[in-house]
Amino acid sequence: MSGYSSYEPKSGFEKWLDSRLPIVRLGYDTFIFPTPRNLNYWWTFGGILAVMLMSQIITGVILAMHYVPHVDMAYDSIQHINRDVNFGWLLQPMHAVGASMMFLAVYIHMFRGIYYGSYKAPREVLWIVGMAIYLLMMATGFMGYVLPWGQMSFWGATVITNLFSAIPFVGDAITSWLWGGFAVGDPTLNRFFSLHFLLPFLILGLVILHVWALHVPGNNNPTGISVKDVEKDTLSFHPYYTVKDAFAIVVFLMVFAAFVFFMPDALGHPDNFIRANPLVTPAEIVPEWYYLPFYAMLRAIPDKLGGVITMFGAIALLFVLPWLDTSKVRSMRYRPLAKLFFLIFVLACIGLGWCGANSPMAMVFVTGTDAATGEPTGFSFLWLARILTLYYYAFFLLILPILGLVEKPKPRPQSIEQSVLGKGEA
Amino acid sequence: MSSSASTSAQEPTRRDFIYIMTGAVGAVGAGLYAWPLIDQMNPAADTKALSTIEVDMAGVEEGQQIIVKWQGKPVFIRHRTKKEIDEARAVDAASLRDPQTDDQRLVPDMNGNLQPQYLVMIGICTHLGCVPIGDGAGDYDGWFCPCHGSQYDSSGRIRKGPAPKNLPLPPYKYLSNTLIKIG
Ligand code: HEM
Ligand code: FES
Repeated sequence: MSGYSSYEPKSGFEKWLDSRLPIVRLGYDTFIFPTPRNLNYWWTFGGILAVMLMSQIITGVILAMHYVPHVDMAYDSIQHINRDVNFGWLLQPMHAVGASMMFLAVYIHMFRGIYYGSYKAPREVLWIVGMAIYLLMMATGFMGYVLPWGQMSFWGATVITNLFSAIPFVGDAITSWLWGGFAVGDPTLNRFFSLHFLLPFLILGLVILHVWALHVPGNNNPTGISVKDVEKDTLSFHPYYTVKDAFAIVVFLMVFAAFVFFMPDALGHPDNFIRANPLVTPAEIVPEWYYLPFYAMLRAIPDKLGGVITMFGAIALLFVLPWLDTSKVRSMRYRPLAKLFFLIFVLACIGLGWCGANSPMAMVFVTGTDAATGEPTGFSFLWLARILTLYYYAFFLLILPILGLVEKPKPRPQSIEQSVLGKGEA
Repeated sequence: MSSSASTSAQEPTRRDFIYIMTGAVGAVGAGLYAWPLIDQMNPAADTKALSTIEVDMAGVEEGQQIIVKWQGKPVFIRHRTKKEIDEARAVDAASLRDPQTDDQRLVPDMNGNLQPQYLVMIGICTHLGCVPIGDGAGDYDGWFCPCHGSQYDSSGRIRKGPAPKNLPLPPYKYLSNTLIKIG
């Protein structure tokens, strides 16, 4: 895509076209591209994500042909899709489950990036474009979840839009601007539908930038060391990695299919099978699983603005991660301490998700009963969420900056080729 | 560009002036263009046309609460018990997160008297907008928000949990002893 190009137009037509619109060259260079020869399966999730994005766009455009964005009809139109529209029973769950699968893939993709230091120079922009995609995905998934207009749709929309009311002075004006009214209602549903249609195409645009930014420095790899000799260290993306990616995509699609066919509603919430009722809040509001860690942070702080800042700050930290990690060594494979703290970080994120799924007042474990009220006492999810939130922040603001200065990394192989062939592995 | 760079240290030239004017007109134009695109998302005229509703509270028994919908929002009308009123009054308002006395939470009727038995509030938690559960829920005989655990007392004032403010009061006035007009 940039600079490096091994394309040589063969036919007269190709030569003619290449000097006018080098589109064949673009396609060629995207796939005939030198790629480190040691990429493992953690590198297949980008391809998986691209396939899933296309699947979401195709099923989404189809759903939009049958869906009605109106408070009185939205809920019924989803039932209509599932029961009456030809193959609606397949397409609606493909879209709903597909959203979850995309987030599963994106989280693996991001943890991969952190572990192997893929955000470090010269890939900072690649990482930041990825974060922008992630933000848009969060917005898209949130607005999509509102469309079926069940109880969780409505109350999720209420709670999330109200996050903006925490902003001093202009907060209330912003929420009413988002709603187009004085509460979540018909204007809100309509605009969410419009934006939910638009954002995936913006995501697609960003994905193109993402791949472009990937092709300038090239792939990172499990050793984190740079390509030194293109001949010895790399393989062409096609056919070596197209095949490896295809295999991973098929396995991933099998998991996807298992959900779609056997448990299409397993990842949803039963309350979303109740029509939205603006006068009754469900006993507990739980967002989709992929937002749970952030929801736990929001609830961990006993102050409205503080909670909102903590939550958005957690995402902001990821944006500046390239400048927080001071270590020159990319891959944590050679950073024993970083590896340990990374493992705890992954567990902390999963633990935060667990906290988000439980009431803050509920107990992780019970130690006894309160003599006065008879209620159980012990270690609550609120406190677990607080500890884990603290770790999350410490990982970025203390551990990564300090570790890079004090940790003694293990010796790295001389080259990518050497790490694969094992010669003189240090 | 080199000519303007060399002259810029001295007097501003006519060219500098034209640059600045063009930029300024462009910026104003962009703003004028953007504003309709942004403002269209604000509540439309028919949404805003303040709907008012009248509610007769005579049917609300002591210890009961009804919820009416006003501007798409739930409004709580609670007929408080004597115990609830006494508890609400006994609190030292200055000690509260959002200091208000119980009297400040009420609106005088046509004769200028307060009717402390009737508490009228917008039933939207000031944390993130859920509808709190009433009927004396929570530790303060008032309301409890199921979303993140905010607790309001029998006057609808925030006492515990993440919500920053008391439950808001809608604009309303008494039309008779029990009839009110909201909005
Ligand atoms: C990044 C891509 C996308 C994500 C993550 C996503 C996510 C979601 C989610 C979570 C739902 C709720 C599903 C349910 O609970 O039933 C949904 C529904 C919907 N989406 Fe998407 N979506 C994406 C792309 C699209 C596109 C491109 C369109 C159309 C152009 C679209 C149109 C719809 C429609 C009409 C619904 C409502 C029907 C339904 O609920 O199944 N989506 N989306
Ligand atoms: S919305 Fe009521 S406590 Fe959060």
